[in-house]
Amino acid sequence: MIGKDFIRVLYIDLRNQKADIQERKDLYKYLGGAGVAAKLLEENMKKDVDPLHENQPLIISIGPLSTIFPVVTKAVATFVSPHTGEYGESHAGGRLAMAIRNAGYDAIVITGKAQKPIYLVITDKNIEFKDARAIWGLDVEETGRVIREREPGPGKRSIIRIGRAGENLVTYSCVNVDTYRHFGRLGIGAVFGSKNLKAIMIMGEEDLPISNLKEYFKTYQEIYKKVTQTDAMAKYHELGTPMNIKVLNSINSLPTKNLLQSNFEYADDISGETFAEKNLVRKVSCVGCPIGCIHIGQFRREFDKGYEYESIAVSYDHELIYALGSLLGIKTTDEVLQIIDEVELAGLDAISTGVVLAWATEALRKGLISREDTLADLEFGNTMEYIKAIDNIAERVNEFYYTIGKGLKEAVKKYGGEEFALLYGGNEMAGYHTGYAFALGQTVGARHSHLDNAGYSYDQSAKELKDEEIIDYVINEEKERAVLTSLCICLFARKVYDRATILKALNVVGINWTNDDLTRLANDVFFTKLKIKKELGYSLENYKFPKRIFETPTMWGKMDEERLNRLLKMYIERVEKEYEDWSRGK
Amino acid sequence: MPKVLRADNMNKCLGCFTCMLTCAAVNHNNHNLAKSSIKVKTRGGLQSKFAATICVACKEPACAEACPTNALVKRPGGGVKLIEEKCIACEKCVSACIVGSIHMDYDRKIPIVCKHCGACVRMCPHNCLSMEEVSEQDDR
Repeated sequence: MIGKDFIRVLYIDLRNQKADIQERKDLYKYLGGAGVAAKLLEENMKKDVDPLHENQPLIISIGPLSTIFPVVTKAVATFVSPHTGEYGESHAGGRLAMAIRNAGYDAIVITGKAQKPIYLVITDKNIEFKDARAIWGLDVEETGRVIREREPGPGKRSIIRIGRAGENLVTYSCVNVDTYRHFGRLGIGAVFGSKNLKAIMIMGEEDLPISNLKEYFKTYQEIYKKVTQTDAMAKYHELGTPMNIKVLNSINSLPTKNLLQSNFEYADDISGETFAEKNLVRKVSCVGCPIGCIHIGQFRREFDKGYEYESIAVSYDHELIYALGSLLGIKTTDEVLQIIDEVELAGLDAISTGVVLAWATEALRKGLISREDTLADLEFGNTMEYIKAIDNIAERVNEFYYTIGKGLKEAVKKYGGEEFALLYGGNEMAGYHTGYAFALGQTVGARHSHLDNAGYSYDQSAKELKDEEIIDYVINEEKERAVLTSLCICLFARKVYDRATILKALNVVGINWTNDDLTRLANDVFFTKLKIKKELGYSLENYKFPKRIFETPTMWGKMDEERLNRLLKMYIERVEKEYEDWSRGK
Repeated sequence: MPKVLRADNMNKCLGCFTCMLTCAAVNHNNHNLAKSSIKVKTRGGLQSKFAATICVACKEPACAEACPTNALVKRPGGGVKLIEEKCIACEKCVSACIVGSIHMDYDRKIPIVCKHCGACVRMCPHNCLSMEEVSEQDDR
């Protein structure tokens, strides 16, 4: 809590419809966000129990600077991932962090399963378990509308909800946060579904007095100036992350058509520039961020002859244009937006959905699966068929869709095609085919996300790829990001929030930490996550990279399988040694 | 000349709420944006446009007329000034303001009233808000 030396945790038991609040001094050293959420997961998870068992916990945490400093906008969720079976962590912006802060909590732990579908209403004055039977089955947009109209507090509340994919326990279903943001990866939507939890509405008017207004506002303004008046974050407002499409394409690093290619003949037609010129209608922000990186694109769809059109607005980003665009061979911005819209309504993770469909396209072509399985003529570039398939994934309409609803890892176990399944560490690949640091980074990262350690960034900025340097980068960057994500600072602001700035902001709110404290935190969070993973059975022994990644050139040419395996071995040895030292010190 | 707050460019709004966070901090020494006198919200879900509920600086403020203890006095250029010591938290000003600009701070038991200080304007990254110079005779 601001100005207090404890973490205020709200525990909710859905089965018994009870809540409890604990002020945890012992969690204070983990600060918030990823640190606190990982620790709470470690305490509450059940080791040998299915990830979707009702006793598995769902945790959401914010940090001590959330909302009260610029671009400190994220909430962090942890859970046992039904997708990988191990550590699940996902981050979302929007208004959620503000709403949790205003309701007076630092973290929320949800356990149990409601006997019938419910949605939760959490305010500073009450916890309510409301009947959601009528909205079970509704898509993400309609669910949001119903709750918006039923509940008070426009402007002050956050509404997070699942679609049909989450209800049907698709292991890459997401939780939609305030229409345009998401807890995307690793299947948190299914965790909601397994608890009969359709949505959470949260808001509050908790009194949060400022102890030292002069110093606080001075520091606030300094950071605000850095954010708005330097070029540290300009790119996120202008073209946004889709600027990557052209850049990656020009250096053979844009995964295309299930990575049969690493550049796309239609890249210019779906580039950030083209989206901005043809479809961009507005930009919006998470609460507390003056940047406005959320790009909303509009497309027009003819629903009948005689000039009958509807217009639909969806948010787009690099990862979505990659996974639901170039990777599926989609050639126009309007079509990419149509596919994004379908994924949004169903409540699926965009990256995993695109990668699974790209694999299915090739598997169908190679005869590993049939048209009877897919119920759609999956073919690169065929938008309407992919839209059918997305609906089938969410509904799990037959055995094939039931299987691919467990992710690509399960799909290849049953149907084969492992060699062209774009998986790193059991999670579907993000939109970079830059080289060794990316491939290693996404595989070993705590949550198997490209954002854990940004290996792609090393690949893109290095003058020469050096093995030792790659290992150093991937480990150090992940530790440093553990500090940022424990503070819930948006990673887009990583250049603004250097250590000195972080310490200054912390000191202003009465957390008198030093640089050494931050280093201690980085290690504690990094290794706590590894400890959780190990307890859940995680191991990279005998890990095999998919063949496809070695067949298609990266910006550094084709990767050598032996070298990547060697890098993985080096990484494991280094981290294991550090882990032992850390464990002994505990 | 006195200045009053205007929100004439809300189509440019990003929904970052920095204006509200600033108002709550600077004027009410609080991090909770529920304490802000400017209120940004959507017209119905994030797919719709943003709107700002602000004090429109009435020349003949109904809120002041409704106040039984003269705790709200006319401000030069429009709007009102709150004299906290006189306020009895009767909330009559809240219902008198038909644009919905006034709401209660139940922790301090006073209404939250815009001072037209311009702090929100200075922290708006997209220039949606402005301060307009008005003569004391100007009518909106």
